[in-house]
Formats: sequence, structure tokens, C-alpha cells
Amino acid sequence: METAEYSVVLFYSTSNALQAEKLFKKTGVAIKLIPVPRQLSSDCGICLRFDRPDEPSVKAILEKKQIEIQGIHPI
Amino acid sequence: MIYLDNAATSWPKPEAVYQAMDNFMRHTGANPGRSAHQLSIEAGRIIYETRESLSMLFGIGDPMRIVFTSNATEALNVVIRGLLHPGDHVITSSMEHNSVMRPLRHMEKLGVEVTVVKCSSEGFLNPHDVEQAVGPHTRLVILNHASNVVGTLLPVAEVGQITRRRGVLLMIDAAQTMGCYPVDVEEMHIDLLAFSGHKGLYGPQGTGGLYIRKGIESSIEPLKYGGTGSRSEHEYQPDFLPDKYESGTPNTVGLAGLGAGVRFVLEQGVNEIQKREQVLTRSIIDGLKAIPGVTIYGDSDPRKRVAVVSFNISGLIPSEVAMQLEEYHQIMCRPGLHCSPIAHKTLGTFPQGTIRLSPGYFTSDDDIEGTLEAVRRIIATKARF
Repeated sequence: METAEYSVVLFYSTSNALQAEKLFKKTGVAIKLIPVPRQLSSDCGICLRFDRPDEPSVKAILEKKQIEIQGIHPI
Repeated sequence: MIYLDNAATSWPKPEAVYQAMDNFMRHTGANPGRSAHQLSIEAGRIIYETRESLSMLFGIGDPMRIVFTSNATEALNVVIRGLLHPGDHVITSSMEHNSVMRPLRHMEKLGVEVTVVKCSSEGFLNPHDVEQAVGPHTRLVILNHASNVVGTLLPVAEVGQITRRRGVLLMIDAAQTMGCYPVDVEEMHIDLLAFSGHKGLYGPQGTGGLYIRKGIESSIEPLKYGGTGSRSEHEYQPDFLPDKYESGTPNTVGLAGLGAGVRFVLEQGVNEIQKREQVLTRSIIDGLKAIPGVTIYGDSDPRKRVAVVSFNISGLIPSEVAMQLEEYHQIMCRPGLHCSPIAHKTLGTFPQGTIRLSPGYFTSDDDIEGTLEAVRRIIATKARF
């Protein structure tokens, strides 16, 4: 099995993370809410993990819906 | 038993409300937005869904503009105490609830100037009188959308045009209208709106909230400071919504119920609920009108009011009538001043107050007929003494 490469979206507020989760579930992008990995520092305790190749579509969706994010980081 | 006290708290609730609360308590139960385990995330999702459903009801795109409070009173206090400073001028009406009057009178002691615009004896407000009261230091106009005493609707959209044009903020106390009367905050130029969760939105007591138009939050200090689950490494309050005003563990079980209540309203449609409540209001007004010795307050056109009817029986004090309605006819209503002394002064019913009947979406035609019959009997009994 191939090891997947992931990135995470960090948010300022949990509410934004949950808003984004719902949005991605609707659009069919594979995501998962996970605790923020220890090496990263975030304003909110949860973040959205996605397959790294999906980054352009993840960014486009967040921008289109004007959801404020703290950043995107590879993990 | 006939329950006609929906203006205080709606009851019964839609079945889905009981189920959502029971389900949360049994199967989720955790603290939302604090931890990252599945139960915590699920609790957060429940609150987010409630926020999103409310944003649909308000006609706004961004759910984060909705902040949860423990009731409409708290939402009103956030704005009145967090926005106004000594030297500011605020305008309100003579039909307000004490949830507006008391915090305003408190701010008056601290140096805020308060103007109370007089309404007619039916509870109507002339928008022109509001415009006349606007001065160079006017910061805020704060009005109820519908009176909790007589149900009279205030001309929010008309005042909204004035306040927007004059650069004054408009806050609406929608405790009596949210869920049973259409509210579009953008169209009506509403900047801030306080709502109750346990009346027309069918949630449990202990729920309510505040809508804040984008950008205004930078001028409003929070009432409470504390943990939000965000920016945990900072010792300063976050400045973004909703976290800025949502410190401390929220009433998640209540918000689960509120979410189910709001979805019920969206499914039924506000217009359908409004139509049904107008029918009930018309039946009460027409029925009471036909009984000699009854005085009804406010306008008798159900289209100019929500489902709140106040009346008196000549020669009887309101508390006595309410006692008889309950004791002999099992009808639950509310007599007295309804926390709104200034409204009763406007209507000419201070200090004795009125008997208030407030039907809801679940009130039946038989409930109304039974209540009218009870009023007739009380009057007939009185006549025999």
C-alpha cells in the first residue's frame, strides 16, 4: 500500500474548521478533522487533513467560500 | 389544559427538539471545540449546524455572524453595555421590554443620553419621530420588532432606512418575531438583532443569540472574557466572530434543541406559521370583541401584530381573571405588566396591567373556543355577585 502524503489546513476558530468540514463533504474532497499535529502551532485545536495532491482544489474552495484560514502545511 | 403563554416560552416543542436534546445527552455529551476527539468534534458540529440553520432563517450568507447567548436579554446587554460610552446618545421606543429599558437606564447613570420616542396608545411608532430624535451624538436606535404586551409590530424596515441614511446603528429586539414573522436583516437594514431561542424558534430555555453585521464587532466590547478553545496560547480575547462573544462552555444540549427547532421552522416555513398564528389571533380578537365588558388593547388587525393579545374585564383585576382561568378552566396565561412597565404606560394600562393570551403554532381552534367560553363564564359569574 502506498503511504499517502497529507497536508493540513489550520484555522483561527473551531467554528471555521467545522464550517469547512461540511463544505468539503458536500464537494466530495476527501478530508478528515484531526487534532493539530504537535509540530504545528494553531489558534484552534483541530485542523483539516487532506491528500496533498488536492491542495489546489482545497485552496480554491476555501477562497470561493471566503473561509478564513491560518495556513496550509504539509505533515 | 390550554397553554396560551407562548410569548413567554413556546410549549409544547416539536418532537425533533426533544429527540435532539436526548440524543446529545446520551450519545455525544462532550465539550465542543475544546478537545479534538470525536465526541468533542461531534458536539462542535451540532452547534455549527444550529448556527448555519439560523443564518438561513436570517437570510445571511455567513453563519459566523450569529453569536449564541443564554437569552435575548444577554444579547441586548452585550450591545447596550459593550457599544455605548458616556456622551453617546441612544434612541428607543415607549413600547420596550425591561430587557432594553433596564440596561439603558443603567447606561444613563454612566453618562449615556437616552431618548424614549413615544408610541401611540395602540403601540404604533411613527418613523418620523425617530428621525426627529437623531442628533449629532446618536450612536444607536434600539427597538422591539413586536410588542410582548400587545403584539404590535414596529416599522423596522422604515426606521432602518432612516438609520442607515443618518449613519446610526439599528438594533432590533426580535424576541417576539423570530420564527413567526419574516425577518431579513439585509433588506431591513438591521445592524444588530437579539433573538430568543425558546419562543418562536422552539428551542429550550437558556438559548438565544445575537446577529452582528460584518465589521460592527470591532466597536463592541464583550460582556464576558474567557476560554474559547481558540488562540489558547494567547491571554487576550480573540477579536473574531463568534469566539469574541462566546467565552466559556456553551449550552450545547440547549443548542442541539434550538437547531432542531429552527429546522422545524424552516421546514414549515415562516409564512405558514405566520398565517396560522394570524388565524388564531383573529379568532381571539373577534371572539373577545363580542363579549360585553371586555376591553382589548392594541390594533385589532392581525396583520399589524403577532400572536399576542392583551385584554381586561371591567371590574376585575388581571391577576384575578388569570387565577380563575387556571383554577376553573385549566388555561395558562400571563397577567400583569409582562416586564414592560413603559409599554403599559403607553397603552394606559399601568399599573394594573392586562391579561395576555399568546397562542402558538400548536394551539388548536378548540383551545381558542374553550378560552372564549371561559371568559364568558367568568363575566357571567361576576354578574351574579
